Amino acid sequence: MLEVRSISKTFNPGTVNEKRALKGLSLTLADGDFVTVIGGNGAGKSTLLNAIAGTWQVDEGQIMIDGKDVTKLSEHKRAAFLGRVFQDPMNGTAATMGIEENLALALRRGHRRTLKPGIVNSERKLYRDLLAKLNLGLENRLTSKVGLLSGGQRQALTLLMATLEKPKLLLLDEHTAALDPKTAAKVLETTESIVNKDHLTTLMITHNMRDAIQIGNRLIMMNDGQIIYDVSGEEKKKLTVEDLLRKFAEASGGKFANDRMMLTK
Amino acid sequence: MISLWNALPGAVAQGLIWGIMAIGVYITYRVLDIADLTVDGSLCTGGAVCIMLMLSGQSVWTALAGALLAGMVSGFATGLLHTFMGIPAILSGILTQLGLYSVNLKIMGKANQAINVDKFDLLVSLRFIKNVPFYKNTILLVAVIIVVMIGFLYWFFGTELGCSLRATGCNDKMARAQGINTDLSRVLGLMISNGLVALSGALLAQYQGFADVNMGRGAIVIGLAAVIIGEAVFGRVFHNFAFRLFGVAFGSIIYYLVLQFVIWKGVDTDLLKLLSAVVVAIFLAIPTWKSRYFSKWRRKGGRS
Repeated sequence: MLEVRSISKTFNPGTVNEKRALKGLSLTLADGDFVTVIGGNGAGKSTLLNAIAGTWQVDEGQIMIDGKDVTKLSEHKRAAFLGRVFQDPMNGTAATMGIEENLALALRRGHRRTLKPGIVNSERKLYRDLLAKLNLGLENRLTSKVGLLSGGQRQALTLLMATLEKPKLLLLDEHTAALDPKTAAKVLETTESIVNKDHLTTLMITHNMRDAIQIGNRLIMMNDGQIIYDVSGEEKKKLTVEDLLRKFAEASGGKFANDRMMLTK
Repeated sequence: MISLWNALPGAVAQGLIWGIMAIGVYITYRVLDIADLTVDGSLCTGGAVCIMLMLSGQSVWTALAGALLAGMVSGFATGLLHTFMGIPAILSGILTQLGLYSVNLKIMGKANQAINVDKFDLLVSLRFIKNVPFYKNTILLVAVIIVVMIGFLYWFFGTELGCSLRATGCNDKMARAQGINTDLSRVLGLMISNGLVALSGALLAQYQGFADVNMGRGAIVIGLAAVIIGEAVFGRVFHNFAFRLFGVAFGSIIYYLVLQFVIWKGVDTDLLKLLSAVVVAIFLAIPTWKSRYFSKWRRKGGRS
């Protein structure tokens, strides 16, 4: 479904702030893979997701989605294949527009936007049904402005928007990190149920190692712009948090083994 | 007092004509979240194109259409500077505005072109305020134009394309993630906005009987004043998009009524622009002051 072939990206090349964020990284995702991504700060996790999403062009390498070369495609064109949820709940929705208007924008992802009405009545039933499944009481607030919702509600809505038009690939960039533990757990539960229902191929960055082990069928660990550990299936299920810490210490030469910022239990 | 009373209809007519421009400013400033300074130039472009087309024998409707088109081209230029060439929006507007000064001079051939209301079939004029049949009354005609225009804008911003413009202004990161070409949205919004501004300039030139290369100076400030007054007075009552636009038009009328009052009070007219600038500056500062000095009372939201 996704094929990333030795991509590299350097920010601020030739300056004192030069940062080689991705170093010839390759990754292949099979159809239906649910991959969790962990790694320390600055490991290149978000950079990888942004490279796939086309926030900017990569310096080298190739990105294929569903057999199609998207390396040169602009961000809004790639959006036709992608569903995205960001870390900051403010980023995924339009605050001054209504809940139904946000969903209507998402329903038209990948389609030409014309002079037809931006939302038609028949869509509203679909939205109400989908919102009801979130169990957040949003189904009766279709016209409420999204700016009035809580962070958790906004992330759940963004998740719905990202998957309303079934994406080839779902990109979740620490989408529960800004939420309190209880809300985070709920949004994560919603994530799993949506992904499982539609068999979505998913890349999920997380800071929580236990989540990374429990969720999905494959786990990758990143360090210094490269993938240093890739585990799936039975082997992944047997992993413990201690295993991951050891792996990380081995790969990074032990010096960051106690980096609290890197991974929280 | 009688002189003030007599001046009121004229102030209302002017306010309505500038109201069209203010609605154009609303589209960039509030919907797209861009402060577009192109308007200082494109207002005059609209007036110049309209007057020159009429002087060359075209009908008033052709002249208005020509002005609208010229304004959209100005907006397109700013849009390209901003998106294709990556220049910040404010600077893009200033560049186009400066360039338009020369363009406007070339269109008119000189700094000022007059049109005689008795020789040409004008749609609006300061002579059509009193003692004319009601269907020729400038206030009524401009009011009808505004109603039709707001109807069109209300429809457009409800379409798929219009919604993508609103999303771009609200959160462009989200808009791109939903597959919206934010560059296209911005260019389109600037074109619509400046088209309306030029239309307003075309009506204004007819109304005052001439187009002048300086007629657009400070237009952005008048537009912002109208937007701010409209929101301050009608913001709590009007929530619907169409009503908000009406609020902006009313804001423009209020601005001109106040202006008329100030003139009647005998304030030196040389100081009027300074006065406008100060008033708009204060109103623009209010959101910042509110959050800085009154934040204790602000409800904290956005977290669950």
